[in-house]
Amino acid sequence: MKNKLSRFAVPYVVWMAIFVVAPIVIMVIYAFQDAAGGFTLGNFVKMGGYGEVFVRSFKLAIIATIICLLVGYPVSYWMSREKASFQRVAMVLIMLPMWMNFLLRTYSWMTILENNGLLNQFFQKIGLISLYNNLTGSDLAYFPMMNTQGAVVLGMVYNYLPFMILPIYSVIVKLDYSLLEAARDLGANSVTVFRKVILPLSLPGVLSGITMVFVPSVSTFAISQMLGGGTEMLLGDLIERQFLGGAYNPQLGAAISLVMMIIVVVCMLVMNRFGEGEEQAVML
Amino acid sequence: MIRLHDLCMAFDDELVLDHINLYINDSEFLTLLGPSGCGKTTTLRIIGGFTTPTSGDVTFDGVRINDVPPHKRQINTVFQKYALFPHLDVFENVAFGLRIAKVPEAEVTERVTEMLEVVSLKGFERRHIDQLSGGQQQRVAIARALVNRPKVLLLDEPLGALDLRLRKDMQIELKRIQQQMGITFIYVTHDQEEALTMSDTVVVMDKGRIQQIGTPEDIYNEPKNAFVADFIGESNILNGTMVRDGVVRMYRREFPCVDGGFAPNEPVDVVIRPEDIDIVPVEQGQLVGTVTNVTFKGMQYDIIVDLGGFKWLIQTTDHSPVGAQVGVKIDPEGFHIMKKSEYSGMFGDYSSYSEEYEELGAAAPDEEESGDEE
Repeated sequence: MKNKLSRFAVPYVVWMAIFVVAPIVIMVIYAFQDAAGGFTLGNFVKMGGYGEVFVRSFKLAIIATIICLLVGYPVSYWMSREKASFQRVAMVLIMLPMWMNFLLRTYSWMTILENNGLLNQFFQKIGLISLYNNLTGSDLAYFPMMNTQGAVVLGMVYNYLPFMILPIYSVIVKLDYSLLEAARDLGANSVTVFRKVILPLSLPGVLSGITMVFVPSVSTFAISQMLGGGTEMLLGDLIERQFLGGAYNPQLGAAISLVMMIIVVVCMLVMNRFGEGEEQAVML
Repeated sequence: MIRLHDLCMAFDDELVLDHINLYINDSEFLTLLGPSGCGKTTTLRIIGGFTTPTSGDVTFDGVRINDVPPHKRQINTVFQKYALFPHLDVFENVAFGLRIAKVPEAEVTERVTEMLEVVSLKGFERRHIDQLSGGQQQRVAIARALVNRPKVLLLDEPLGALDLRLRKDMQIELKRIQQQMGITFIYVTHDQEEALTMSDTVVVMDKGRIQQIGTPEDIYNEPKNAFVADFIGESNILNGTMVRDGVVRMYRREFPCVDGGFAPNEPVDVVIRPEDIDIVPVEQGQLVGTVTNVTFKGMQYDIIVDLGGFKWLIQTTDHSPVGAQVGVKIDPEGFHIMKKSEYSGMFGDYSSYSEEYEELGAAAPDEEESGDEE
């Protein structure tokens, strides 16, 4: 690879150079520039004021990733043990929402979670809200669900769960069944088989699932704007605002992007080190 | 020690095992031998506990174990493709069973080290599975099973994926390990030579039924029917009539033989092993035929002789040219007389010699790769 590039690799390399390497270089240059184009570290200093946005972004992304893992792993596991025909149907059902527009899906959550949305109407119908009012002595007309961190996490989980299920499922379904038989033969009951064989062998899938959920979660802005109502500003919102909003400051936006990217890469390196020896975990 | 009683197994109405009855003794090397799809792997899986028989009982030391799951049986298995854990190194693969049994660490180290010595893999403890050759993986699989000190070791075509040379070495190695450990081996193979080399007892199976049980010598010298005679070694199988004890008639001629116990003039299958036939000058022969094919095999010549339209395979150290008229002579001990069976007339003719023989040689490795599709 180092000495001789195949001729077929050339278009790919050119593509990578134009659309991957060049933008990153531009981003790095921007991050160290002031509005006049001179070198400065001021952008990074200014970023200090947004510490809480960083913390909130990572916190919500981590929570969403953990929920996706806790939901996605069992789903993948049970799915892989079902009949092939069932697996195909389940696969389509999991993929189906992804064929719909991302914004549309998120908008529909808004109508579900709104103060007089579907869920609250339902709660009213079954008397859950009055029951709650009686129990706590409060006087609520509805449960406030929109514009909360919970709603943002829900949006992340809903949108990115398939990215957790697919890689884990594809690893588990390919597990050699004779390995499980061998483990049983050597005295393992089903819990031990899972713990000592299935879990460690599915770790590569788990790692790439975590990556594929965490990275978009930490940088999302649409979900937080729509379900968080702008009150729960995340890194994605902050960056977007530097480029499109009134706070126009692309240099600061580039600097934030750079820092976020570095943090994510470091996280992923740590994760991969954690899973070392389990075959290389897929990075992105 | 293990007893299979009237074992039947059906997959989707297809009878895979048909009333199998079998005793397996302590410290015995027993081989289940048969072609693909004969039910040998299914039998092994039932003993291992991976498959539940449709009917019949499996008993272990007198206790019925039909419903005992594999992890509670004192039986370990060496799988066809080894099934080593790719996420563990050699040491941890072998230690797997001991760790589950919560054996103290010092003892784990001692037993694993000892077992790796038995299979000649000392110094490979920290190797990864994918860094091992097929033969080494094979030995790890054996060590992993034996370290748990099972009473019975099941081996499912464990040498199938190895090349011929390695297979020969491992056959001797396995026999040595079995004798050294003094435990029962139940070995599944479709390779008759492997079965004869290693076993105390050979169980020949076909179509879900046991065709014959016996020592390797018995199976070879006294096959019960045409299937066994053909599957084990090379055989010329002819129609004959047992005139009386010690006299068999074929080719409108009576031959002296040493078998008896048949009804007068009972139709029988006559087996004559190719190495028991002598080629002699025409005037000294009991029968006279024409040589149609000669193949040099190193140790001997395989000579096909046309005797009245039936082609015989004769193995001899003397060369005879194609087209020559030769006499054929068989000692009374060379005849083996079998009762007629469903297999009569299906085997033992070498008329399609050149093609069939070549195919047999070529088909063997294929069969190994595809394994049993049971």
